[in-house]
Amino acid sequence: MFHYTFHWNQALKALPQMLDGALVTLQIALLSMAIGLAVAIALTLFRLSGSRILGALATAWIEVARNTPALFQIYMAHFGLGNFGIHLSPFTSLLVGIAFNNAGYLAENFRGALKAIPDTQARAGRSLGMTSLQAFRLIVMPQMLRVAFLPVTNQMVWAILMTSLGVTVGMNTDLAGITQELNARSFRTFEFFAIAAVIYYVIAKAVTLAARAFASRMFRY
Amino acid sequence: MIEIENVRKSFGQLEVLKGINLTVKKGEVVTVIGGSGSGKSTLLTCINGLEPIASGKVMIDGTDVHAKSTDLNKLRQKVGIVFQQWNAFPHLTVLENVMLAPRKVLGMSKQKAEEIAVKQLTHVGLGEKLSVYPNRMSGGQQQRMAIARALAMSPEYMLFDEVTSALDPMLVGEVLDTLRMLASEGMTMICVTHEMKFAREVSDRVAFFHQGVMAEIAAPEQLFDAPEHAETKKFLAATH
Ligand SMILES: Nc1ncnc2c1ncn2[C@@H]1O[C@H](COP(=O)(O)OP(=O)(O)OP(=O)(O)O)[C@@H](O)[C@H]1O
Ligand SMILES: [Mg+2]
Repeated sequence: MFHYTFHWNQALKALPQMLDGALVTLQIALLSMAIGLAVAIALTLFRLSGSRILGALATAWIEVARNTPALFQIYMAHFGLGNFGIHLSPFTSLLVGIAFNNAGYLAENFRGALKAIPDTQARAGRSLGMTSLQAFRLIVMPQMLRVAFLPVTNQMVWAILMTSLGVTVGMNTDLAGITQELNARSFRTFEFFAIAAVIYYVIAKAVTLAARAFASRMFRY
Repeated sequence: MIEIENVRKSFGQLEVLKGINLTVKKGEVVTVIGGSGSGKSTLLTCINGLEPIASGKVMIDGTDVHAKSTDLNKLRQKVGIVFQQWNAFPHLTVLENVMLAPRKVLGMSKQKAEEIAVKQLTHVGLGEKLSVYPNRMSGGQQQRMAIARALAMSPEYMLFDEVTSALDPMLVGEVLDTLRMLASEGMTMICVTHEMKFAREVSDRVAFFHQGVMAEIAAPEQLFDAPEHAETKKFLAATH
């Protein structure tokens, strides 16, 4: 049939190394989400600010992030900025690229979520003497985050999977990078990538479940 | 004292307020009645600066509400407003709803804010509902919570915009009772309402609005029993 004998032993021996890589993967994903969320909230405020320039900036960011390949976004952070003399390490450029992508998608999710929150909520806050920023932060944003919670979780999973694009900019300490190097040395492609796939799957599922548990504790209304 | 001088306001081509003059003294209760679209809600939002005006002046204790230099956030602490749609903050418990502005706007300590919130909520009959989320309460309870939330800022003036209009008939009474209580305590209030019986009872004066004009203003007995303006007569005949 086919001439390939499985060598799981060799692959399993590398498991600790791969799990170390998984931690790096998770770290990049979490950091990129934290940055992405912060930037997405800023972009949302830009859009609400009524300023033409800030609004256009936010729209441009969202359009580019959502309509160009994530791979190009990471390339841009690494090689593109390199052309301008800004040299980011593989880790940093991967982080920047994914955070850029996250911010765009999350901001778009927030825009949708805001439609579900009546203007009268902010107005009620203003009429209690809050500034518009206070009304946003204390009244609108918590509700927005709840409405957008599911898409935010999806983006988190997407961020985990996007980290695998790091191999294209020389990232070799995350799960994909380590797997790729092991593969290059041993040519046990199927075994290594199958194990890596399982690890990605487990991380993604764990994050989804953790998010769900977090939501049920946070959103009691 | 609230002094409204010749206030005009338009939305696009539509002139909604056509030169309103009204002075409300401390402790006075003025109710505003009139047909749909006559500008009653707009007047209230112009009083606390939620909406800008085209010309004229609104003075609150000598502060020009619409002057550029006026700190509206500060001014609004003095002028509470409650809307037809009560706008409970759904992500906060009843207690948190009421504590939020005292804490974040007035910078009160948690204890102090809680003390005031509990007092106000008890005052409007919600002392048992402190840790409940608003969506677990009836419309009437949510509206009373909104009133307590406004009162927790210790406003000197209260504006009420048809606060019973969105409620089931069964629940109107409890909210009107809350307003009556406030009136009897000497709160200065402007109430837009469709409840004629209530207006007759609590008001020092009743103003009738018609198409952006305050067609008539008088003591309730006068306005309800011997209206002078033809449009007031028509309106009252239709609502009775
Ligand atoms: N934000 C807005 N933009 C445009 N038009 C508005 C706006 N708010 C109110 N209007 C218009 O202004 C007019 C007066 O509205 P207002 O809400 O003050 O009337 P009202 O007397 O409170 O009526 P109701 O009894 O139905 O509440 C209406 O014709 C309304 O359609
Ligand atoms: Mg109205």
